[in-house]
Amino acid sequence: MDIAKKVEQLKPSGIRLFFDLVLNMKEVISLGVGEPDFVTPWRIREKAIFSLEQGYTSYTSNKGMIELRRVICHHLQHRHGLKYDPEEETLITVGVSEGLDLAVRAILNPGEKVLIPDPSYVSYPAVVELAGGKVVLLKTDIHNGFKFSAREIDKACAKGAKALMINYPCNPTGASYTRKELLEIARVVERRDLIVISDEVYDELTYDFDHTPLSSLPGMKKRVIYLNGFSKAFAMTGFRLGWACGPSKVIAAMTKIHQYTMLCASITSQMAALEALRGNNHDVLDMKKEYMRRRRFVVTRLNEIGLDCHMPEGAFYVFPSIKKFSKNSIEFATDLLKKKNVALVPGVAFGSTTEGYVRISYASSYENLKEAMLRIESYLKQ
Amino acid sequence: MNEILEILTQNARITPEEISKLTGQSVTAVKNIIKKYEKEGIIVQYKTVINKELLEDSRPLVRALIEVSITPQKDVGFDYIAERIFSFPEVKSCYLLSGDYDLLVEVEGENIQMVSNFIASKLSPMSNIRRTATHFLLKKYKEDGHILRKGKQRQRLNISY
Repeated sequence: MDIAKKVEQLKPSGIRLFFDLVLNMKEVISLGVGEPDFVTPWRIREKAIFSLEQGYTSYTSNKGMIELRRVICHHLQHRHGLKYDPEEETLITVGVSEGLDLAVRAILNPGEKVLIPDPSYVSYPAVVELAGGKVVLLKTDIHNGFKFSAREIDKACAKGAKALMINYPCNPTGASYTRKELLEIARVVERRDLIVISDEVYDELTYDFDHTPLSSLPGMKKRVIYLNGFSKAFAMTGFRLGWACGPSKVIAAMTKIHQYTMLCASITSQMAALEALRGNNHDVLDMKKEYMRRRRFVVTRLNEIGLDCHMPEGAFYVFPSIKKFSKNSIEFATDLLKKKNVALVPGVAFGSTTEGYVRISYASSYENLKEAMLRIESYLKQ
Repeated sequence: MNEILEILTQNARITPEEISKLTGQSVTAVKNIIKKYEKEGIIVQYKTVINKELLEDSRPLVRALIEVSITPQKDVGFDYIAERIFSFPEVKSCYLLSGDYDLLVEVEGENIQMVSNFIASKLSPMSNIRRTATHFLLKKYKEDGHILRKGKQRQRLNISY
């Protein structure tokens, strides 16, 4: 069967083989997992079960249940002072992943350029390419804490760009931006007349300062498509639920695509999400506290054993350099896996210029992290 | 609660060196804080939680919850009689409650006879005790926040973006 060129040209990722290797292993300590190691809080699971018992098994409106959209908008106002209209400016998506795809497709014409941080979450370049857009990479590295500056955005815009995709705290590096840094970025965004797709799904896992949504800054609301979801804050990855907030025009456009391709998000997940936001947030705070400790532990240990690692501001990832030991992150990861049964994700998975790094997820028990660090240490010593 | 206490509550075997890496405080500081808590009696004991249901070679102990109604005494209220009760080593815990009765006493013994004997010969005849009601424990599902069953491992993919 003939496959569409656009799809065939998508980066096939040499990483697939490595992933297959890890997925088929039994006794492996994995630091390669991109989801929380906590199970969804019981109150939320219980609500999902109850909704099924009550017979909530139908479609919902395309945009998602209005009650849920109201609760989300109330939460945003309460938490960040963000004002969005639940009727016209909010859409419930099947995870932030769908939100990213919808946002890109809603704004992009073929050939238009999108600025994407490098490294970035794996789907960023893919959704842009599938929408016929062109990727312009904003390089970051360990010396600037994997952050790009307002100046670099400005420079990259010289040849014209329509949009900027930003993810903070960031998967895979854990980097995040302070209010001050975001204000500088906002100024360039305004001057260069950019649309920003802001993926803030890790916002609750920000450790050293308060998370500032980009759209809460002066002049940004009309330029930002704000994406967030339930996966990370409430350990609900399998529920596949997120939301998009933005100007009514772009939300209407995204809803159009969503209604033809997805119809609506699962009602069971939406019912569970209602409980997630309505209840107390003790679970979130406990989880955050636990991750903060593991972050300190992992960063200290990695630097001790010789893998240079910066202290990331959020999420549950660190992105150490392996350059002292290897030039090829896939080879490094494969060898470590075979010899020590420890899995991590090679940096090249997240961008071509991030060879020489690996992503380590500390969403794993303290005991696991401790043992994994010992194994990596003994691997590096041999 | 202090962060070090929180960590120790979850894992009493963790070393000061490890706590130092988790909290960012120096090893000496961690050691001093722990010593201080021990001295002040804030840290009472380091214990291991054992799920005895899974221990095949040990005969399970019998536990009973006993409701005790008391006639309080002038000046000392419930405390005097409570102390007489909780001083028995068979008593694992003892609480003063609001409601229909006064003390809830948890007693442990090797078998039903031993627990019954304790109640009949020691507890009930005590002066000022008006009434007792004994409930033998049949099965433990959860204790002190620990769910007592062989936990099924939740399946996450070994690796994901």
